[in-house]
Amino acid sequence: MSKIHVSTSINGDAVEYLCDPSETLLDVLRNRVGLTGAKEGCGSGDCGACSVELDGRLVCSCLVLAAEAEGKEVSTVEGMADGEKLHVLQQKILDHAALQCGVCTPGILVAAKALLEKNPDPTETEVRYWLAGNLCRCTGYDKIIRAVMDAAAEMRGA
Amino acid sequence: MVTEYKEGSVGAELGQREFKVVGTRPPRPDGVDKVTGRALFGADLTAPGMLHATILRSPHAHAKIVSIDTSAALAMDGVKAVVTSDDFVKQGGSGNQDTLDNCMARGKVFYDGHAVVAVAATSVMVANAALKLIKVEYEILPHETDVDAAMLDSAPVLHAGRKFRNIPEGNNANVSGFWEFGHGDIDEGFAKADIIVERSFKTAATHQGYIEPHATLATMGPDGRGEIWVSTQGHYMVRDLSAAFVGMETSQLRVTAAEIGGGFGGKTTVYLEPVALALSKKSGRPVKMVMTREEVFRASGPTTSSSTDVKIGMTKDGRITAGQAKPRYQGGAYPNITAMLGAMTAFASYDLEAVQTQAWNVLTNRPKQAAYRAPGAPMAIYTVESVIDELCQKLDLDPIEVRLMNAAKKGTLSSYGPTFDEIGLVATLEAAKAHPHYAAPLGPNQGRGVSCGFWFNFAGNTSVSMGINEDGTVSVIEGNPDIGGSRASISMMAAEELGIPFDKVRTIVGDTNSIGFNDVTDGSRVTFSVGLATIKAARAAIQNMCGRAAQVWGIDADAVDWVDGAAVPTGHNAGEFPPMTLAEIAADSAKTGGPIAGHHEVNADGAGVSFGVHLVDVEVDPETGFTEIKRYTVFQDAGKAIHPDYVEGQMQGGAVQGIGWALNEEYIYGEDGKLQNAGFLDYRIPVASDLPMIDAVILEIPNPGHPYGVRGVGETGIVPPLAAVANGVSHAAGVRMSELPMSPPRILAAIDGAK
Repeated sequence: MSKIHVSTSINGDAVEYLCDPSETLLDVLRNRVGLTGAKEGCGSGDCGACSVELDGRLVCSCLVLAAEAEGKEVSTVEGMADGEKLHVLQQKILDHAALQCGVCTPGILVAAKALLEKNPDPTETEVRYWLAGNLCRCTGYDKIIRAVMDAAAEMRGA
Repeated sequence: MVTEYKEGSVGAELGQREFKVVGTRPPRPDGVDKVTGRALFGADLTAPGMLHATILRSPHAHAKIVSIDTSAALAMDGVKAVVTSDDFVKQGGSGNQDTLDNCMARGKVFYDGHAVVAVAATSVMVANAALKLIKVEYEILPHETDVDAAMLDSAPVLHAGRKFRNIPEGNNANVSGFWEFGHGDIDEGFAKADIIVERSFKTAATHQGYIEPHATLATMGPDGRGEIWVSTQGHYMVRDLSAAFVGMETSQLRVTAAEIGGGFGGKTTVYLEPVALALSKKSGRPVKMVMTREEVFRASGPTTSSSTDVKIGMTKDGRITAGQAKPRYQGGAYPNITAMLGAMTAFASYDLEAVQTQAWNVLTNRPKQAAYRAPGAPMAIYTVESVIDELCQKLDLDPIEVRLMNAAKKGTLSSYGPTFDEIGLVATLEAAKAHPHYAAPLGPNQGRGVSCGFWFNFAGNTSVSMGINEDGTVSVIEGNPDIGGSRASISMMAAEELGIPFDKVRTIVGDTNSIGFNDVTDGSRVTFSVGLATIKAARAAIQNMCGRAAQVWGIDADAVDWVDGAAVPTGHNAGEFPPMTLAEIAADSAKTGGPIAGHHEVNADGAGVSFGVHLVDVEVDPETGFTEIKRYTVFQDAGKAIHPDYVEGQMQGGAVQGIGWALNEEYIYGEDGKLQNAGFLDYRIPVASDLPMIDAVILEIPNPGHPYGVRGVGETGIVPPLAAVANGVSHAAGVRMSELPMSPPRILAAIDGAK
């Protein structure tokens, strides 16, 4: 089976790759591009651990074919911090101890960032429903919700 | 001089000790890696020349393997190695043989998803294509997946001769274990009761549901030396089992624990690791294996399902006169002791004159159960706490007052044998009673549930080593994978004992060749046991550093004390020399005798049992049977909370797993014995929008068995939610539920049935 050539942008960098027609964006990010921040928790779009933004839209990268990234902009957790400076959401997750094992954390961060880009002042209920597609088995979500609310408040003030 | 720590003598001082680091909330050392995507989990590592392996699994619930033909798969381009059970070393009739047979079926398959053949190839796609070319001839056998049905004489027998306890007459060959606990005259106890309630309950099997599937990377050269990188709760366990299964000495296999994406007990055994190692041995190349989510559900975990009869007698004023529970658990096709733990924990919260528990383990055609957070306790305690709630309802008594009246305390002869030392149940119940949650008004269709919970807590084999660096910092090596922030708590205890700031300490999880043996991260043992070993390793280093100072000062080593991170002269030398700090001693170490380090190895004891009380308000929609959690408060005795954020996190996370168990989660098998919901869409764990905030109230009743009073906190939190939610539902909907999960159709059927 011949491979497909894809030119795309990942976290602002121009990237080219060859992929099989059946390969997912998640497979390519992890196995061909070397960005393992997005995780595969289910491969069926149920857990959100593979969340990335595709042209600003929050997607499960396990449900996107790698070929679909042609000409688009992909944003992953690796692109959130600015050099040494963490994104406010990353800092708040740490400040609130809003992670235990940390495997869902990249997806939660990408999803929360997408939320705050659309809705800078979400209610607790809005945060809970937006993040309902991101499973966390460790925390019971309490500290995650607090961290996202706190980050939203700080970003509004900044 | 180091103040000698005498075992068991520290309880009195614990309440007074002023901590500088312990009890604060510093950022966790692995935090930045985990919010930036840099942290390397099980599936994140690659190796040059790496192959990928996948597994052919049984489509049948129970069958004889007549023949396996892998020739076409082996002949396929890109396929480098194939293994079956023939490629592993037999372990004899032990539990290890069961674990091996579960990794790769030998002779028979016992459940839908049981591994039969593994193929290593140049890609996952090639390996999966090769699986399709393997021909396995099965002779299908009758199967059974239900615990009660598997105990009937008509049930198909899974294994002959696997009874590992004295099984009473009248039990069939599927009953592999029987246990009995208790004290007092149970008949006399029931005779004293004013009221007796007797009920039967069932709970479904649930999965630990860690978000990270099992993943491993193994490599083995022609020299017979191997390496494994793996997501596990215990890399020494992985080393010992994998080495035995492929027939190598443990010293030749080095295992490194990856960051672990959740375990909850489910990563305390091996599935892929020996298989990847055997494939690497055959192919001469590194082999990576990652389970799909479907494989995680079909072939790893889950916990046991249960069927239990409970009988409790009570006086009119709320005193329990007798308690009896008969839990029957199935944990799949291989013997296990989870039912025993259920029998031990069922009545552990109470001070009873007469108590009797009898437990049965039953073999069924389901995956081999794995530990799940306080294994055995949630389902047993659910049944007891449900009946106590019904008794309170019938007698119009306050459920917390009744629990206080019967609560176990110091000196209580526990229902499973030992006499309790200092325990926190009464304080925990008092805290729940006094909390505003307990007095808050309830709306229409709402009900409030209460339940106690208990877990033993484990201790066990532990090794810690620490180096005092020349710049005054400290490097700690421990051997237990960090599943919830333990590197932070271990660093904190090292800093506390040494008298230096938290950020001067870095703790890593060493590989199996770096320090002595460690039991797996289980039983809520790590903060207790590794903490204990860390404190003692620090004391060894302090003793060494006091000796160095004494040498410099030219005084007797006994005349030096360690205060606030520095050696100080004592006795008649007091004040003669200025304090010599850890950094100063370390900087000159080459001149005073060489590197300074401390280490401690122990088979720890004295873990200290843990109790919790949960309060929940639920609202049941009478139209749909849907239950919403409106408010939830957890009260738990932590002994001493080293890092309160992560203690709260354990309490909150446990509560939410328990809520899932109570309301949604369930292994569903069809008549064909196949698992019908092997995915997160149909096996629904709680999501953020299902829940309110989970309030966590930490109590600190010091454990006399730990220098700082620590008790394990990881498991107790999953125990009370099953009954707390069930009791809340029964008050809200006016029906007593006796089967978990309390899914909307079940609740609706109960409401309709009561009309």
